[in-house]
Amino acid sequence: MKRKDSIKKAYKVKNHSLSDRLLDIVNYTVFSLFAFVCVYPFYYIFINTISNNKISESGGVVWFPKGIHLQNYIDAFKIPGLGQAAFISISRTIIGTALTLIIAAFLGYMFTRETMFKRRFWYRFVVVTMYFNAGIIPWYLTMMNLGLTNNFLGYILPTLVSPFYIILTKTYIESTPKEIQEAAECDGAGILTVFYKIMLPICKPILATIAIFSAVGHWNSFQDTLLLMTQEKYYTLQFVLYRYLQSSQSLSAIINATAGSAEAMLANAQTQTSIRMTVTIIVALPIMMIYPFFQRFFVKGIMIGAVKG
Amino acid sequence: MNGFSNRKKRRGYREFLYIVPFLILVLVFSYYPLYGWIYSFFDYQPPLPFSWDSFVGLKWFKMLFKSKSYVKQTLEVLRNTFAMSGIALAFSWLPMFFAIFLNEIKNLRFRKFVQTVTTLPNFISWILVYSVAFLLMSNNGMFNSVAMNLGIIERPIDFLKSNEHIWFKMWLWLTWKNLGWAAIMYIAAIASIDGELFEAARVDGANRLKIIRHITIPSLLPTFFVLLLLNISNFLNNGMEQYFVFQNSWNREHIQVLDLYVYNLSTSKPPVYSVSTALSMLKSIVSLVLLFGANTFSKIVRKQSII
Repeated sequence: MKRKDSIKKAYKVKNHSLSDRLLDIVNYTVFSLFAFVCVYPFYYIFINTISNNKISESGGVVWFPKGIHLQNYIDAFKIPGLGQAAFISISRTIIGTALTLIIAAFLGYMFTRETMFKRRFWYRFVVVTMYFNAGIIPWYLTMMNLGLTNNFLGYILPTLVSPFYIILTKTYIESTPKEIQEAAECDGAGILTVFYKIMLPICKPILATIAIFSAVGHWNSFQDTLLLMTQEKYYTLQFVLYRYLQSSQSLSAIINATAGSAEAMLANAQTQTSIRMTVTIIVALPIMMIYPFFQRFFVKGIMIGAVKG
Repeated sequence: MNGFSNRKKRRGYREFLYIVPFLILVLVFSYYPLYGWIYSFFDYQPPLPFSWDSFVGLKWFKMLFKSKSYVKQTLEVLRNTFAMSGIALAFSWLPMFFAIFLNEIKNLRFRKFVQTVTTLPNFISWILVYSVAFLLMSNNGMFNSVAMNLGIIERPIDFLKSNEHIWFKMWLWLTWKNLGWAAIMYIAAIASIDGELFEAARVDGANRLKIIRHITIPSLLPTFFVLLLLNISNFLNNGMEQYFVFQNSWNREHIQVLDLYVYNLSTSKPPVYSVSTALSMLKSIVSLVLLFGANTFSKIVRKQSII
């Protein structure tokens, strides 16, 4: 705080040289541009989903929505498979995050208990898995042998024990005073009681961070659907969106081949575009909505991770 | 005395029992797949069942480096991996300068806004990034319709279905997604620099650029160094998602990196499971060597480990 004040004061006294003012101009311009590049694509897609599809088709919606309507979103619910995909995405995010969170907290807590049999060894046994990877085929065959292909559990089980989150909770618990836990144990509280009644409430801040990371990871996950799931009922929103984009690619290839000769097909392709935009917004929306509110948790997470990571 | 240590031991075992189920999960999902590496020494062609008689020794490894078609492919993939990782490495100073110059912006609200907005793309999946790219850059995407309306171009240009500058384009998307996020580490590092250093420099009449050059950058170099080493150890791990979503028959030659190649091999028809496994095994081992090499280097030079 003191530092900030002193910097402010210093700036006021000495900020009149030409090079300093030039720096300001360049700085504000470059950052404004970059911020624009980060936001505008999403804004563009969004205003096109709520604009008149005919105007949107002709590329007329660039800055402001025109002929606002919500028909695209209403129609999106009629797309077969989209509701099921949303259900799978939401379930795996909620169930996966909740379980990962509890396990990370529990293991983080257990690994701080110095009396545990071969504690150091087991901690390394878990953490070291961050640094190697058997590869796609061995992993796939393992999952197949376990019956986790075309199985909802295939989304949940592999990421249940996440070394990085365990490092975070363990580091966090080690930084909190031990007295409360010891007092509770003197009163005869067992491991699970201490964990549930004392550790979980203490860990709340770090668990909030982990929850956000884990939820974003689950929501964005794509590779596991690609590798494990062949039945449509297990597709996630990300995967369905990918399929829409692919199908449109081949469609536009057909249209290109018969360039301009089929007006009706061109119109179809454009409705494809509006559907694609709408699904894109639906998939992106949850992240966009929570992100500004939880940004500080993300930042906290990367900092703690940096200390120990 | 004896009774006390016995009780402690018993407690230690009981605590251990609580974590056993989770250790089994780790064993099954992280260690057991390593056993699958043996497929790279056998001729395994699913859906035919695996047979112990099909042992072929190092055949697949030799093939990767001797068979003409594979060598060509392997070299191409390595070239792409090295090129794209190389470009990323060459620009790894960018987040540091992003943080330094963002820190020079005095309007706090604008700074917070820029920070929030530029980190957002990092939390969007590659599918969504591709979707954005598709809706903006493809044949009937925004760029083409706007440019045609303005009369700049006559025929639409499909930026995604092209092989031109694909390495650079991939780097641009990666930077768009990651730059703001990567800068956070540096922003925090700047905040922890002793304020008196700045003040002393200002009293001595240094302007802002001079302060950046002589105080901020030197104080950030240790952080930069650690992240650079981590980047180097990840040289072969580009991940497959970005390249998977952007790949098409126009750009495959230049976009296929190791991770994607391993995947493409396993889904090719007929699937070559054994070759793919051999390749991913080699990749894992080289990556581990790089990681521990970087760590040892850091220990010697900075007396500090990075992992």
